[in-house]
Amino acid sequence: MSARILAPLAVVAALSAGAAPSTAAAQTPPNLRIGLREDPDILDPTLARSFVGRIVFASLCDKLFDVNERLEIVPQLATGWRQDDPRTITVTLRDGVTFHDGTRLDAEAVRYTMARHGTMQGSFRRGEIADLEAVEVVDPLTVRLRLRQPSSPFLSQLTDRAGMIVSPRAAEAAGRDFGARPVCAGPFRFVERVAQDRIVLERHAGYWDAANIHFNRVTFQPITDSTARLANLQSGTLDIAEVTSPSDVPSIRRDRRLSLSSVDSLGYWGIIFNVGTAPRNGSPLGQDRRVREAFEASIDREALIGVVYEGLYTPTAQPIPPASPMHVRDRAVPGRDVVRARALLREAGVRTPVTVDLMVANSPEQRQAAEVIQSMAAEAGFEVRIAATEFASALQTGARGDFQAYLQGWSGRPDPDGNTWSFLHSRGPSNDGKYGSPEVDALLDEARTEADPARRTALYGRTFDIALGRDRARIYLWHPKVLIAHTTRLQGFALMPDGLIRLQGLRPR
Amino acid sequence: MWLWLLRRLGQIVPTLLILSVLIFALQQLMPGDPALIMAGEERGDPQVLAEIRAELRLDRPLWEQYGAWLWRLLHGDLGFSWRIRQPVASLILEKLPVTLQLGTMAFAIAIAIGVPAGIVSAAFRDRPADWLANGVALAGISTPNFWLGIMMILLFSVELGWLPPSGYVPLTEDPWQSLATTIMPAFVLGTGIAGVFMRHTRAAMIGALGQDYVRTARAKGLPERAVVGRHALRNALIPVVTLATIELGRLLAGAVLTEQIFSIPGFGKLIVDAVFNRDYPVVQGVVVVTALIFVALSLIGDLLYMAVNPRLRAA
Repeated sequence: MSARILAPLAVVAALSAGAAPSTAAAQTPPNLRIGLREDPDILDPTLARSFVGRIVFASLCDKLFDVNERLEIVPQLATGWRQDDPRTITVTLRDGVTFHDGTRLDAEAVRYTMARHGTMQGSFRRGEIADLEAVEVVDPLTVRLRLRQPSSPFLSQLTDRAGMIVSPRAAEAAGRDFGARPVCAGPFRFVERVAQDRIVLERHAGYWDAANIHFNRVTFQPITDSTARLANLQSGTLDIAEVTSPSDVPSIRRDRRLSLSSVDSLGYWGIIFNVGTAPRNGSPLGQDRRVREAFEASIDREALIGVVYEGLYTPTAQPIPPASPMHVRDRAVPGRDVVRARALLREAGVRTPVTVDLMVANSPEQRQAAEVIQSMAAEAGFEVRIAATEFASALQTGARGDFQAYLQGWSGRPDPDGNTWSFLHSRGPSNDGKYGSPEVDALLDEARTEADPARRTALYGRTFDIALGRDRARIYLWHPKVLIAHTTRLQGFALMPDGLIRLQGLRPR
Repeated sequence: MWLWLLRRLGQIVPTLLILSVLIFALQQLMPGDPALIMAGEERGDPQVLAEIRAELRLDRPLWEQYGAWLWRLLHGDLGFSWRIRQPVASLILEKLPVTLQLGTMAFAIAIAIGVPAGIVSAAFRDRPADWLANGVALAGISTPNFWLGIMMILLFSVELGWLPPSGYVPLTEDPWQSLATTIMPAFVLGTGIAGVFMRHTRAAMIGALGQDYVRTARAKGLPERAVVGRHALRNALIPVVTLATIELGRLLAGAVLTEQIFSIPGFGKLIVDAVFNRDYPVVQGVVVVTALIFVALSLIGDLLYMAVNPRLRAA
């Protein structure tokens, strides 16, 4: 083996003499290089879907609103908003904002963008702004948004891609090819994209917050292998990198040239039980809530997180993340109780071991998590059979309801509605377990229209008491952390719970 | 000879046609709905799914999808990537030179190591030089690409800081930097195959060295170098040339993994990402082009075979 490595040493040494040694680039980086976990999809705010795409958009396209570290909505391209009545919101726009093509961002551009989201073929924003009935231009810097019905989550949609305003002139000219040359009003403008290799942006001279931008260029590089991505950061060919594998964290912490930022993400991981789709709901697990309760009681969340995720993630028993002001604080995370789990199984009168088919996407970490659950549940009288399924296949199997239990994650949304309604409402499109309860439906619908955060929190608390406490439709296990590593040559990096990489305020040391 | 060539070329058409049907059929067998993948986290919305299916013509019967694709293919149109909406042909043209460069370098490394090692090992059969060459070859064949790749990145990029750990610079942009970005992946790819070359060269050389004409050459008093180099080697190379064309194809397969580790934006990475994202037009385009390359390579192999072995020309 050593012969294979040592033999070409001379060649490598000779080559490296000519290749600019990347580690020596200690001077001011005019070009910021960011390593992404995968190549983003199309860079059109109306058509885009992927999370990594949002990381690029954070530098490319400003939004009407943004979120802060407490998930409060703060102005970005807007300067403020006013709720005139439950169905009308008036938004005032920032003066003097220009798009990358030099045209002005005004109320008409906002109206144009919302219409584009609503009507463009293949739009992924249509559902997000479904409550928007009309956009009225009051004056060049004021728009009035009329809603079909009162909607508490609506404004938070405008803190993401639905709120990214595109240049009407450029969008009209490019048509469906806009994603190949996006023109927005973010701090950097699009330069080039080589699929699977790089996306290059350069500083937008006319940016409204230009004083807070300290780099001339940003290059995003997709590197799918987490070890290779980290190696790039360690060798200095990247300045910032997404950390997708918690097992990389110890070596990042040991490296004095690197610094790690982490924050609880908006998402969660948990187990969905198939309670509503025959024939796979026919087992004791799908039929008897006590069996599901026993399954939950057999799991030690802390230990699982310790073993698989280096103890980094946050145990939970609800879908609303701790960063949210509507996190239900008095909902305790249950500890492990094998005695109670066995008692519940006896009470249910089932023959042990109870077999449970647990579907997981086929990644090393998810398999490992499933194996930990398997061994914990075994002590309580369950025989867990792990079905490690390739991601795309798992999605389809889940949507078809062809599973008993499914370990699944959700990336999360700033508003609690985005983490609950779709998954627990009987008409919820992502309710793969096909759970249905009229009480839960009514509570979730009411939470959608309730404006007062305290009252909304109480509504979610009651929702969870029924759907999770009584009916045991799902188990929520942990909130992952967003982990971003960067070189210590950078300062001013601030990570928000949405996990995006914001370049405002970031500067070379 | 010309008739033979014509016949060989004529065989390419049905081969590609059968292959294209196979790709289509296999994609249907592959679990996972492309519309669900495309919809991302919006997948719960039936309207979104229906729109995607309509836009990608996934709601049409299979034969119609196939017919439309084949018709466009015959007109030189490979379609658009569903995921990033770029023409498949331009993606392939962008990635193919990268993999060709990587493959050529890997191939050169494999030949440069494998063939001389095979000759030495045959000439010094059952002596320390033979054992050493065999040991190295075995290590080369049995070391997984991804492991060697990661180890090399850790040593040459992270520890020593000599080479960039990943990425790619085109040869036309900066030849030196281009070499620096591809030498590690080419080495990883090449050493795996070098062992195969070494083993086959050794076997063929041992066979050739036992032939009567070699004994005659030795009896004539020719120096050992001339016996091995001029008489045995030329004959031993015939099976090695055939093997080389087969291994060239394997190089493309090996590139899939190597390109992932080193983030080389080549053919292998293109197809892996396309398969996982169920980006069918890209998968189909890449497979067709790869098949063409394979067919062309085997044709070149046969022609080379004739060049090395004049007896075949008459047949």
